[in-house]
Parts: sequence; structure tokens; C-alpha cells
Amino acid sequence: MNGSLHLWLIPLLPLLGFLVNGLFGRGLPRRVVTAIALLAPLAAFGVVVHSAVDAFGIGTPAVALPYAQTFGHWLNIGTLHIDFSFVLDQLSLVMLLVVTGVGFLIHIYSVGYMSDDEGYARYFSYLNLFLFFMTVLVLAGNALLMFVGWEGVGLASYLLIGFWFHKKSAADAGKKAFIVNRIGDFGFLIGMFLLLANFGTLTFTEIAAKLGQDPGWTGGVVTVIALCLLLGAAGKSAQLPLYIWLPDAMEGPTPVSALIHAATMVTAGVYMIARNHVLFDHSPFALSVVAIVGAATALFAATIALVQNDIKKVLAYSTISQLGYMFLGCGVAAYSAAIFHLMTHAFFKALLFLAAGSVIHAMGGEQDLRKMGGLRKKLPVTFFTMTMGVIAIAGIPPWAGFFSKDAILYSAFQHGALGRVLYFVGLVTAALTAFYMARLWYLTFTGEARSHDVHPHESPWSMLGPLVILAVLSICGGWIGIDRFGGFLSSVAGPTIDPATAAGGKSLDLTLSGVAVLVALIGWFVAHLFYKQKPERPAELAAALPGGYTLLANKYYVDEFYNATVVKPLLAISTYVLGWVVDKAILGGAAWLLGCIATIAGALLQRWQSGNLRSYAAWLAAGAAAVLLFIVVPWPMVLATLSAIHFGTAGH
Amino acid sequence: MNLLSQEVPLSWYLLLSAILFSLGVIGFLIKRNLITVFMSIELMLNAVNLSFVTFAHQWHAVKGQIFVFFVMMVAAAEAAVGLAIIIAVFRARATLAVDRIDLMKL
Repeated sequence: MNGSLHLWLIPLLPLLGFLVNGLFGRGLPRRVVTAIALLAPLAAFGVVVHSAVDAFGIGTPAVALPYAQTFGHWLNIGTLHIDFSFVLDQLSLVMLLVVTGVGFLIHIYSVGYMSDDEGYARYFSYLNLFLFFMTVLVLAGNALLMFVGWEGVGLASYLLIGFWFHKKSAADAGKKAFIVNRIGDFGFLIGMFLLLANFGTLTFTEIAAKLGQDPGWTGGVVTVIALCLLLGAAGKSAQLPLYIWLPDAMEGPTPVSALIHAATMVTAGVYMIARNHVLFDHSPFALSVVAIVGAATALFAATIALVQNDIKKVLAYSTISQLGYMFLGCGVAAYSAAIFHLMTHAFFKALLFLAAGSVIHAMGGEQDLRKMGGLRKKLPVTFFTMTMGVIAIAGIPPWAGFFSKDAILYSAFQHGALGRVLYFVGLVTAALTAFYMARLWYLTFTGEARSHDVHPHESPWSMLGPLVILAVLSICGGWIGIDRFGGFLSSVAGPTIDPATAAGGKSLDLTLSGVAVLVALIGWFVAHLFYKQKPERPAELAAALPGGYTLLANKYYVDEFYNATVVKPLLAISTYVLGWVVDKAILGGAAWLLGCIATIAGALLQRWQSGNLRSYAAWLAAGAAAVLLFIVVPWPMVLATLSAIHFGTAGH
Repeated sequence: MNLLSQEVPLSWYLLLSAILFSLGVIGFLIKRNLITVFMSIELMLNAVNLSFVTFAHQWHAVKGQIFVFFVMMVAAAEAAVGLAIIIAVFRARATLAVDRIDLMKL
């Protein structure tokens, strides 16, 4: 039954690609670099598919899931044992398929997109490095190994955001992403310490087993752990209040935005919550917080996306909003639905970003929606594929996004009073989503060309091929349905609600689906009225509501708020307290004092160095005499005599 | 009772050695001529040699006498090197006054 899988190959192959291209890439011909860069994720994808076939193949499966593999001990301290162990189960299998599959498509796309870049080998080595860490994160059997991948993808993200580091905005965005992620990582770390203190283990299955032995154990320390993990997840998955790094991360190359900042890395937080869902299940309060954070983020980011003019910024806020949906799904204990949305979102958001990249490529680097328009005829393939993505994210059946979003909204509706409220938030968000995506679509592809000094041209097939594949996935990706998908994941991610037996029955499910579709269509229709029929209408509305428009256009001034409340005070403390008082006054003063002592001592001792041979000889003789005196004179006796003279009047 | 009992006592040898050594030190300190200084050093070495021999005789130990040969050997080597240096210094500076050979002074 238990055959063997070669799980270690999955991270190792991209690591090899990273090492070869990173160390020797500059000296290798471009074709070799391309071959290595593409082979690494393709081979990893092949291993994943092979493992999947072994686990679910025709006939008797060769291996049983979950399949754990340990490669050796990492830490052995007292009762603490942490191993290098990988676990393949349904959850990590889905994630691996998405990461390596979508990752491979984006590698192909990058060959065309980055073909003129000087840092071609560097780019692909970073991309392979990202895949290495992401697969480690997904496969990790304990929280500490997951944390290694977690930090590693953060590093790869930092390197790729700041890929064009000579641009100050890109370098700054990289730093911002890294620092904001550190805040989340702090939560993750504290959560791990608390896990160690209370459970004595970081292995996911052992934690689940210990919690399972004690079903009544809710709240208290479990809530604290869950909230700490939530902070980590919010940092990585760009949720309120730590979402601010993701829009800036769009400074990186567009394929990177597609792979790391839309499809895979930012979903690591969702994956982490699903992986630790037993903890969250034991803390209703933490679950509610997850749901509220998710719903709030979804609505908040969607409203900002309404008025952004940069095509990548719209997609970035849309990503934050969709991640909010996934958190909402986790928060109402519908982990399968969240993972389902994670998967479909990976398809259509990667597609949207890549199509946007194709548009930007065609426009010669122009990202401003106001300068596009009328691109439908000029970029037919891009237009067609992007349309698929837009419909998918808007949630119109039978495109993929509808199924997963509907599953989350349905689960929210079934989750008590709080769930009902959050359901409506999600519904409003769905309308907003349809609106801003339709707006992006109309502004880009329809109407007249608003910029005449560029001559758009369709992208090469290395870029269009992945677009087409992802477009197909965006259409079909949801057809498996939440019932079968949830059933597949149920052993890992917990059961899903079966509409046939739940309150409201099948009819409620259908009604809610109908409402969701209706709302999406309304959103699309409004966008049609605004941007197709009367293109001057948005400006009129903005003029009529100047306060609201400026608030949205400036993203609720959150960056300014953080700047004033966190960054500026920290800078002030660093400059004045740490810089001036601690560094300059205390540390600098101490160093100065030591220097002074040395200088003064030197000035005094310098007089010995007279250069006069006879004075040296005299000191030598004096020293020898002193040593002689010290050895010859019987000091104990002398001292005794001296003290006897001093105290010795008492009858001796 | 015989000549042996009349032999010079140990302390006299040591005293002579100390006097010779002190003369060497004083000569080393107060003389200006490099050659005289050099001779003072030789005087100190020989004073020490005298102590060695005295003690060797006193304790009937041959080690002290062997050590004397070592000292003489080193002194010979030192004389060779030292005189060579003195000649070189004289050629370069046209003086043997110790006070004026102070190039290393700060």
C-alpha cells in the first residue's frame, strides 16, 4: 500500500535551477538559462502530478494520504523534537498543483515578457528560488519548517519587487513589503512559541491530536495562539491592517505580480489557517475575528479599487479583496470553500495579471487606464483571454469564480447572525467587484484609443500561450463544484455544509446563488452605464461627490495615517533617542572616553621613549634591581614586623 | 688544617662578582663611547660567569661550568655582531657617541 514518493524532489529541482542560474547565469547563453529556468518548475510539476497519480491513480492507489516523509532530525533539545519532514495530503496536493502548475505557466510567460531585460538570469533564479521556498512552505509537516518557507517566500518577494532596484520606488516598495511582513511574522513566531509552551510540539498532526483528545478545550490560550497566527496570516496575505505592502508590490515585473502577489504567495496565509484549522475550530472568537477581518478587507479594498487608474493597482486591490473572501471563508469554518476560492482565484487572477502585463507590454510600459482604450481589435488574444478572467472574477456562471465565491457566501449565510451580516458585506463586495472589473475592461478595450503616440502590437506566443491555458482554467476550474472539492479535502480541511441537509435546503442554496449572480450583473450593468454609454458620467459623479472621491482615490489615507502614527514616531525615536542619545551620547561618548584614556596614557608613556640608549639601560637596571629586591627580601617577615610595630603594643 | 681549609670563602667570590657586575652596569650607564659600553657588557657577562663557576665549585655540580661555556660562546657571537654594528654605525654617522645615535627617537 505505502509505496514511495520523492517529495524532496519537488523543492530541490527549483533550488537547483536557482543555484545554477544564480551562480553561473550571467555567463551562460540565454537559451541555456531559459531551458534551466523552465525545466525546474516543469519537472517539479511533473513530480507533483506523478505523486497525485500515485495517490489517486486508476486501480489501487500506490500510496495512502497523508503521506509523511522525514529526512532527518533538525532540533533535538530535551523533549523538543523537530524534524525535516514533508507531508503530502489532499490540501498540500491542491496547493502544490496550483503553485507548480501556475508557476510553470508564468515562467513560460516571463520568457517573453522579460526577453529584453538585462537581469534575465537573475530574474529566473529569483523565480526558481521562490518556487523552492513556496513548495517547502506547502509541504512542511511542522510549523517551524513552514516558517522557513514562509520567510523564504518573503525574501523572494522582496528580491522580485525590488528587481528593478535602480528605481527608487521599486527599492522602497521591496523594503515596505519586507518590513510589513516582519510585523506579521512576529505574530507567527509568538504563536509558535505559545504552541511549544502549551503543546510541546510544532507538528501539525500532533497538535490536532492533542486538541482532539480534549474536545472541551476552547478559548483561552488557544484563542491567543489563533490570533497570533492570524496576525502572521494577515501580514502575508495582505489583510487589514497589514495590507498596505501589496499595492506597492506592483513595482515588480508583472509576471511576478501574477505569481507571487496574486496566485500563490499571498495565499500562504489562507493555507496556513486551513492547515491549522483545528486550532481555529477550538476558538469561536478567533474564528469570528478571522471572518470579520476578511469581510472588512474584502469591502475596504473593493471600494479603493473602484477609482484606481493604474491597471495593476486595480488588480492589486482586487487581489486584497479576493483574499478577504478567502479569510471570510476560513472565518466561517468553510475551509474547503476558502481553498476552492484560492485555487480558482489563482487561475483567474494570474490570468488577469498576465493579460494586464500583455496590455502594458503592448502599450510600451503604459499602465494608466485613462490612456488606454480601443485595444480590442489590436490585441485580440489578450482581449479574449482577459474577458474570460474578468467574467470569472465577477462571479458569473459557469465561470470558475462564481462557484467558489458562491460557496463562501453560502457558508457565511449559514454561519449564524454574524455570518448573515458578513454575507451582506460579501454580497456588496461582489457587486463592487463586478463593477470595477467591468470598468477596467471597458476602459482598456472599448471606446476610442485615447493615446495616439503608441502603436499597440500583440504579444509573442510565449506570452499568449499561458494566457490561453489560464483562460481555459478560469472557465472550467470551478466545474468540479464545492461538493466534490470539499469531499476531496474533508479529511484535512474539515467537512463542508451539504445544502441538501442544511437549514433552508437546496432551494436556499439556489436562491443565494441567484442573488449573487444578480448582484454581479447589476455591478456590471452600472459599469456599462458609466463607462460604455456615457463616458463623461464618472467625472460628473466624482465632481458631485468630491469628498468621497478624494477619500477613495487616496485609499482612505491609510498610508498617510500609518506614516503619521507609526513611521514618523519610529523615525523620530530612532533619530533622537536611539541615534542621538544612545548612539552618539552614550556609545559614542564611551568610545571617545576610551580613546581619551589611551591618548593621555600614550602621551605620558611617550616620555619613556626618549631615544636615549642610556636611559633605556637605566630603566632596565632599575627594573632588574626591583625584581631582585622583590625576590631577595623576605616580604612576609618584613610585613609581619611592620604590623607588629604598628599594632604591637599589646604585650608582645 | 690544610690549604683547602685556607681557601678563599665563597662570599668573597660572590662579592667580587657583584662588584664587577655593578662596575659593568655603571660603565654601561655613564660611558658615552659605544665601544666602552660594549666592554661594560662583557664585564657584566664575565661577572655572571664568575658566580656560575663559584656555585658550581660549591655544589660540585658541573652544570654551572657548562653554562659558562654557553655564556662565553654567546659573548663571542655577540662581540662579532656587535663590533660589526659598531663599525657600520661609525661609517654611517662618523661618531660613536651613544647620545647621538638616536634616529629612532620620536
